[in-house]
Amino acid sequence: MADQASSKASYKADTLIAEDIDAYLEQHQNKGLLRFITCGSVDDGKSTLIGRLLYDSKMIFEDQLASLEADSKKVGTQGENLDFALLVDGLAAEREQGITIDVAYRFFSTAKRKFIVADTPGHEQYTRNMVTGASTADLAVILIDARKGVLTQTRRHSYLAHLLGIRHIVLAVNKMDLVGYGQQAFDDIVADYRTFAEEIGIEDFTAIPISGFKGDNITTAPSPNTRWYQGPGLVDHLESVELSNTSARQQPFRMPVQWVNRPNLDFRGFSGLIASGVVRPGDAIRVVPSGKTSIIKSIETFDGALDEAVAGQSVTLTLEDEIDCSRGDVIGSADDPPETSDQFEATLVWMGDEALKPGRGYWLKLGTQTVTATVQEPKYEINVNTMDRLAVKTLELNAIGVAEVHTERPITFEPYEESRALGGFILIDKITNATVGAGMLHFSLRRAQNVHWQPTMVTRTDHAALKNQKPLLLWFTGLSGSGKSTIANEVEKRLNRMNRHTFLLDGDNVRHGLNKDLGFTEADRIENIRRIGEVAKLMTDAGLIVLTAFISPFRAERQMVRKMMSNGEFIEIFVDTPLEVAEERDVKGLYKKARSGELKNFTGIDSPYEEPENAEIRVNTVEMTPEEAADHVIAQILPLK
Amino acid sequence: MHRLTHLERLEAESIHIMREVVAETTRPVMLYSVGKDSAVMLHLARKAFHPAPPPFPLLHVDTTWKFRAMYDMREKAARDAGMELLVWHNPEAKERAINPFDHGALHTDIWKTQGLKQALDHYGFDAAFGGARRDEEKSRAKERIFSFRNANHGWDPKNQRPELWNIYNTRKAPRKHNGGESIRVFPLSNWTELDIWQYIMAEGIDIVPLYLAAERPTVERDGLLLMVDDERFPLADGEKPVMRKIRFRTLGCYPLTGAVESEAGTLSEVVQEMLLTSTSERQGRAIDKDEGGAGMEKKKQEGYF
Repeated sequence: MADQASSKASYKADTLIAEDIDAYLEQHQNKGLLRFITCGSVDDGKSTLIGRLLYDSKMIFEDQLASLEADSKKVGTQGENLDFALLVDGLAAEREQGITIDVAYRFFSTAKRKFIVADTPGHEQYTRNMVTGASTADLAVILIDARKGVLTQTRRHSYLAHLLGIRHIVLAVNKMDLVGYGQQAFDDIVADYRTFAEEIGIEDFTAIPISGFKGDNITTAPSPNTRWYQGPGLVDHLESVELSNTSARQQPFRMPVQWVNRPNLDFRGFSGLIASGVVRPGDAIRVVPSGKTSIIKSIETFDGALDEAVAGQSVTLTLEDEIDCSRGDVIGSADDPPETSDQFEATLVWMGDEALKPGRGYWLKLGTQTVTATVQEPKYEINVNTMDRLAVKTLELNAIGVAEVHTERPITFEPYEESRALGGFILIDKITNATVGAGMLHFSLRRAQNVHWQPTMVTRTDHAALKNQKPLLLWFTGLSGSGKSTIANEVEKRLNRMNRHTFLLDGDNVRHGLNKDLGFTEADRIENIRRIGEVAKLMTDAGLIVLTAFISPFRAERQMVRKMMSNGEFIEIFVDTPLEVAEERDVKGLYKKARSGELKNFTGIDSPYEEPENAEIRVNTVEMTPEEAADHVIAQILPLK
Repeated sequence: MHRLTHLERLEAESIHIMREVVAETTRPVMLYSVGKDSAVMLHLARKAFHPAPPPFPLLHVDTTWKFRAMYDMREKAARDAGMELLVWHNPEAKERAINPFDHGALHTDIWKTQGLKQALDHYGFDAAFGGARRDEEKSRAKERIFSFRNANHGWDPKNQRPELWNIYNTRKAPRKHNGGESIRVFPLSNWTELDIWQYIMAEGIDIVPLYLAAERPTVERDGLLLMVDDERFPLADGEKPVMRKIRFRTLGCYPLTGAVESEAGTLSEVVQEMLLTSTSERQGRAIDKDEGGAGMEKKKQEGYF
């Protein structure tokens, strides 16, 4: 027990408790809360460190200590010394195997803060547990054995902590007693770690040399054994690090609606936990996805109405107007509401025993929204030890990868980097009900539903009415050389003669300007079409009849554009020319280049063309001249208002 | 701008949990044991659904051996909250006159563990709030906030769902004719004993007066200081209860709950004693000591709350 005496710095103010309990309570009443996670393997002394924190903060009582002493003698690994690890390894199986297999939450407090510690296992097969613990943590303590330095597991833990959005990293170089408290050993490890940290985007960290077993630099620093160390003790640092929840308040207001409180006809309140920002009576809000706006009437609580509520509070809001709003909706600030979409890129952590099945429907729960979602074949898996990207078909238990997620209807979200509350989600197996995955949204792959366009006074109907026409998007699709541009030009000429307001977007022309940054990879081709779709959408909003001539070989892309447009406005025109005919024409000499291998990914040669299945209009260029084809198109789209 | 204190954050989290349960389950209930943790949980429920009363009933799984002061508090608390109070007595325990003096550990098992399962099945509750905290005991530290029980109410510690952020997976196998999966939900998981006391003080929550020291009739049994709360307490020939100034750190069946001698007559004095004391809260209870360190874990696997 001799070792323990050195660190018995009392961070529970015993004297104050004994002499002026009310003053102590006042102090404790106003403490903040810091949630952190400890990452390390059994051998790094993680449980010992947590046991030490609990012991030093006197969260361990005499009866527990007595049973600890007995257990230490029976199964402990520290000889005659107290085995603090036994305090925290809770489940019977863990005590027997001497390992920690689950997430356990521990509590201690000091004069300045209350702490919740997520204690999680460090082995790779417990990645899901660490991710779980990290999801609610503000800070991560990454343990390194001073004798071993930065190991594969250190990289894994750091990567996971960073992935889950933890911005405060503490590198606790443990077991300093076993390297003679040498500064060189410490400095080498820190330098080594810094190189790696920068690689994965960790901007800053605090390194502290400690001995969890002997108690050096746990509460205050420097310990007599590390006079060379200038920084804070571990507890000092935990007490003083600036909490991140202040930044959540500077973001725009968002509250996912959990429950509609309707005790009688006179009261209708919307209950939820404020995810970000501040709300006050009189604030203008918008309900997403409906886009309906109103004004905050009151913030109701059991303790009376509030003048203001901030991120982190559970409140009930009432609105000035009777508008539709229910569980799953998000109330956001009117001028800066969150986005909605139904296609995302996300990082997934697979937690199910059964591997991810791309294309299978899972329940996706994000905030208070639950929808059916499918995951596409992963773009890659991340090797959590080397950070290499691997090509994979699926994700197995504990694998982390990046994939597209599609939801059956649009959901309200924010990128995980900006909001854990609206960017983190879980996936649930529909048969077993198990939580099989966790995800972090990066961005929307397209804007599924723009509910928060700046409302304009002159509407699209007004624009169209003035032009005396119905806006349309005439989407010509077909092989290169099929005659899309020629026919589209002929159609535009006819429309122009009919006093219609038109605009023709041509593939080559767009690539000279708007899309000159895009190449011909699959992703770029999708983005090319997406941008054209967005531009066409704006032009139809302005009341124009838009004509486009792009190969647009994939059904999914054409479908994507169709979904952007209002019902009936998207007219798909299949310019049907057999490949032999198009190749024979070879107006631009491209088929020749493709055949010779000079041109890669050429549609029809080494890249497929997916014919439309239900095109509104089909023109056969073998049977029709371009003029006849144009007349046919015009006949099909009449009347034009 | 207002910076949230740890109590405000805990309160917000508990309220969020309760609203999730109400929104996503069909028939929730709040297990109400009349103790200080139950008192805080009930108070939080009133806050969560204000101005409506909490949209679920209170359920007390009674053993008929609670302190009389607890029965008084039970009625008052339900009335104040405007909630329905359900009291369940295991008919088998009643019939066989199971009691703590003659039946020892069997008393808790039959009245409470079996009684709880019966009550949940009888009313068809699919989610039950409980006031357990993770700081109470080692196996609780690893239990989820949403803890799933199979149709036999058993807990499988190795098959718990990961709980990320504040997203709770409340999906469960549908109830078949003889009960399906149900959820035990612990909204106070992240509270500590000190948090509970501070919150009681800050919010002026009514608690059973037995938590405060007063002169009460006592006898000693097996190292425990017991209060003679009614005439059912068997006294040895010539034995007379002794008046002592005592209070209780935890409340259960009076013949099984040890008192501590104390001068703490106010809440802050109770907290003062608690902070300066050197034994943990559950020490006054016999239940944790069974079968070494794994006593509670084993009980929970069998369906104890």
